[in-house]
Amino acid sequence: MIEVSNLSKHFGSKTVVNQLSFTVKKGEVLGFLGPNGAGKSTTMRMVTGFISPSSGDASICGVSVVDHPKKAKAHIGYLPESAPLYDDMTVRDFLHFCAAMRGLKGRSGKAAVDSAIETCFLESVAPQSISTLSKGYRHRTCLAQALLHDPDVLILDEPTDGLDPNQKHEVRRLIKRLGESKAILFSTHILEEVDAACTRALIIDQGNIVADGTPAELRQQSGTNSLQDLFRNLTTKETE
Amino acid sequence: MFTIFKRELKSYFTQPTAYAVICIFLFMSLFLTFTLGNFIKTGDANLEWSFFFWHPWIFMLLAPALGMRLWSDEQRSGTIELLGTFPTTTWSAILGKYLAATVVWFIALLLTYPMVMAVNTLGNPDNLTILSGYIGSFLICCTFLAITCLISAFTRDQVSCLIISCSICVLLVVIGFDHVVRVLAQTFSEATTDAIVSTAVLDHYQPLLRGAVRIQDLVYFASIIIACLLSTSAILNAKRA
Ligand SMILES: Nc1ncnc2c1ncn2[C@@H]1O[C@H](COP(=O)(O)OP(=O)(O)O)[C@@H](O)[C@H]1O
Ligand SMILES: [Mg+2]
Repeated sequence: MIEVSNLSKHFGSKTVVNQLSFTVKKGEVLGFLGPNGAGKSTTMRMVTGFISPSSGDASICGVSVVDHPKKAKAHIGYLPESAPLYDDMTVRDFLHFCAAMRGLKGRSGKAAVDSAIETCFLESVAPQSISTLSKGYRHRTCLAQALLHDPDVLILDEPTDGLDPNQKHEVRRLIKRLGESKAILFSTHILEEVDAACTRALIIDQGNIVADGTPAELRQQSGTNSLQDLFRNLTTKETE
Repeated sequence: MFTIFKRELKSYFTQPTAYAVICIFLFMSLFLTFTLGNFIKTGDANLEWSFFFWHPWIFMLLAPALGMRLWSDEQRSGTIELLGTFPTTTWSAILGKYLAATVVWFIALLLTYPMVMAVNTLGNPDNLTILSGYIGSFLICCTFLAITCLISAFTRDQVSCLIISCSICVLLVVIGFDHVVRVLAQTFSEATTDAIVSTAVLDHYQPLLRGAVRIQDLVYFASIIIACLLSTSAILNAKRA
């Protein structure tokens, strides 16, 4: 479903993503781990077609993002890192706008909006202006936007960032449930989420893959049965 | 494109921006017409000097004020990342947003219609000349909006966008003045001066006020607008390269 091959990105002379290759199949939830600045968001922006790669390609359901961006984007639901929204709209209007941008208008648009609102528990704030929402609701509204067109591929950049423990738990459960029928790539730097939601995890550091496997395999690899130790051993620490 | 157009237009009218800009425009244009324009005394039935004359001066401040959020706001709030991952093209987003802004100005100009009714009751104006004045006025406004649109693609800061766009619009207006032309003539050769002066908006606006719709003026406005919108697209794409 998601096939990334030799994806690289340079900003000036700085290599942020270096020859990354991986695949995510249907029914898989791939956790994308790494310290801040490892290149997670940059990779996701390339896979979603928001920025173009310096070299390499990503194909979504067999469609290349570089060659056919419009067709590939139609298969993707994307939650950007900061959960950006149009503050001057209400939650429902915003979702209607996003649905229309996905070609869902009229009755099918309304059905899509209603089901996304239900999935993300937004009923109580649907008529409210986005500028008055709390952080958790903002995040969920942006997540709802990614689910509107029932995409085959979900790309979520730190979907649990800034949520309270209850909301984190809900979102993880949602990811797990959606992962049964979709291919999901989500980034995080919270290690517990690997166990809570992922079927497989990648650890990247400075744009390179340093570990890849199921949570159990990664734990074994660490020698001490702890993801925390593995993560600390494999990634560059700022203090070094 | 139409979806973006609709959203933008709605957002202008759910926020105070459009109302404020329209009100200030109506106030300024009528105020200048009756004071500096001396509308009553001169009996300028075609509205050429008393009314339309002031429009570039008002637009050079107000058009950037309306257009400054076009792309700066998208970039600051990150919503450009949503637009950029919807299955559309950059070009249709630019067009949708730009057209929505021009429609706001179109409405503002429509609301000056009482002026036309007034001159028709008081005197005997040439309504075709007035129409051509409106066309000129709208074209100037669209030109200034396109310039603002381009500047807003460069920066995520609305205030710097406003200041830079205003400066460019002011520049385009004042280089047409005799004073400025004389200074230019002293420093540059004749050909250079002519070239610079021919970019002045007033040179292309005044024929329209007199009722002369000339192809070269329409080409002038259209080419600035198209060039600005194409550059906007180039800038936005380059930022994502
Ligand atoms: N537009 C850009 N220009 C220059 N450097 C960038 C740009 N975007 C990201 N970077 C750099 O790329 C690195 C990786 O960033 P990012 O992908 O956001 O990391 P992560 O999401 O893993 O925390 C950072 O060091 C950041 O400074
Ligand atoms: Mg990030």
